[in-house]
Amino acid sequence: MRDPSKIKQLVNGVLKGDRRSIARTITLVENNSPEAQEAISSLYQHTGKTYIIGVTGPTGSGKSTLIEKLTRELRIKGKTVGIVCVDPTSPFTGGAFLGDRVRMQELSVDEGVFIRSMATRGNPGGLAKATKDAVRILDASGKDIVIVEAVGAGQSEVDIIKIAHTILVILPPGLGDEIQAIKAGIMEIGDIFVANKADRENADKTVADIEAMLDMTPEKDGWRPPVIKTIAITGEGMTELLNKINQHREYLEAGAFDLRRKQRVEAELVEAIEQRVTESVLRDLKERGKFDELIHKILARKMDPYSAADMVLAWPFGLKKVKKT
Amino acid sequence: MSSERKIRVVVAKPGLDSHDRGAKVVARALRDAGMEVIYTGLRQTPEQIVETALQEDVDVIALSILSGAHMTLFPSIMELLKRKGLVDVLVFAGGIIPAEDVPALKKIGIAEVFGPGTSTDTLVKFVKENVRKRG
Repeated sequence: MRDPSKIKQLVNGVLKGDRRSIARTITLVENNSPEAQEAISSLYQHTGKTYIIGVTGPTGSGKSTLIEKLTRELRIKGKTVGIVCVDPTSPFTGGAFLGDRVRMQELSVDEGVFIRSMATRGNPGGLAKATKDAVRILDASGKDIVIVEAVGAGQSEVDIIKIAHTILVILPPGLGDEIQAIKAGIMEIGDIFVANKADRENADKTVADIEAMLDMTPEKDGWRPPVIKTIAITGEGMTELLNKINQHREYLEAGAFDLRRKQRVEAELVEAIEQRVTESVLRDLKERGKFDELIHKILARKMDPYSAADMVLAWPFGLKKVKKT
Repeated sequence: MSSERKIRVVVAKPGLDSHDRGAKVVARALRDAGMEVIYTGLRQTPEQIVETALQEDVDVIALSILSGAHMTLFPSIMELLKRKGLVDVLVFAGGIIPAEDVPALKKIGIAEVFGPGTSTDTLVKFVKENVRKRG
């Protein structure tokens, strides 16, 4: 199955912005294919140029509609845009219903826009495991802006903070006390708050509630998240929203950007090491039949899991077998 | 690294009728069978459907139509798919399609045409058995 010329062709296609190559490479990373790492390794040096906007918020707050309008605004300004929409996978059937494109129909045929829907496939945190790499592929393909729509159900869906530069938290009117309930999660990661559906009743109250919440939150390094009102369905407020995004970008570029980037790379490296080491040690243990042996000892209470892990790490095998890439 | 493949399907409604109950039932059945279903909404042009299939890199396209325009829209969709190189995608259709039109549709590459009353089990089985093994 591994065919180096095929991957090379795909990588070249991505770099040229070829839509089919982009789509197929995203599928590779989504399916965790053996070729995926090779493709990402080749593309990595071409990434880091795009600006990444994260969009999160409760179901029904209007995220997809807002992204559609924001994208149009960006297109008027001549920017190319990649969009990744993440929706949850059913834990029971493994299937997923990805319906964000319904709100973005007309963008489908715009050559300057590429939209990809992704299911979480069991990954917690509001993103799919492959979302980060999908963003990288769009980045390498030359998109000026990539927008990621995360699953924004509540307190733990905050992984978007590991990917995006500017995070928009979209809230519908009439949340009231529910803001209190969700404030522990997505309310803490917003760089800009958007009170959408501002033509509805209670929109001003939503703004006041968010402001009140922000008053109680310590300011993050000199950036007080602004709260703006939009009516995504008509496009009202998009110019102001884009201005705020640009302001936040300038704020980041004036200082916090490099630090954030470094922290992210650090976290990623740690994660990659953890994953590789665990994979490699476990593979080795299982190949030698030691894994079951340890399990039995622990089950029989002859050993505890921590001592077993220490013992495994003291053995000099496993790590050496890590594949060179 | 383990490979985790999922069947990805776009369920689309070409043309101008706005009856999407059937399309939604199909979308739901395929989702419940463990597939990732991209739903695109009503009144899709052939260009939108094919471009969606391309960007989403789907294995299957399910077309639902009740307007009677299938003999115009389906050939145009199949032609566009060919032009964009999406030749390994399984395409099937459902809705109100007269039996006498079916042979012509199969000739242009629509794998199957399902009428009203088809059970969702039949659909799921059909997709699983006919989806192309892609490299």
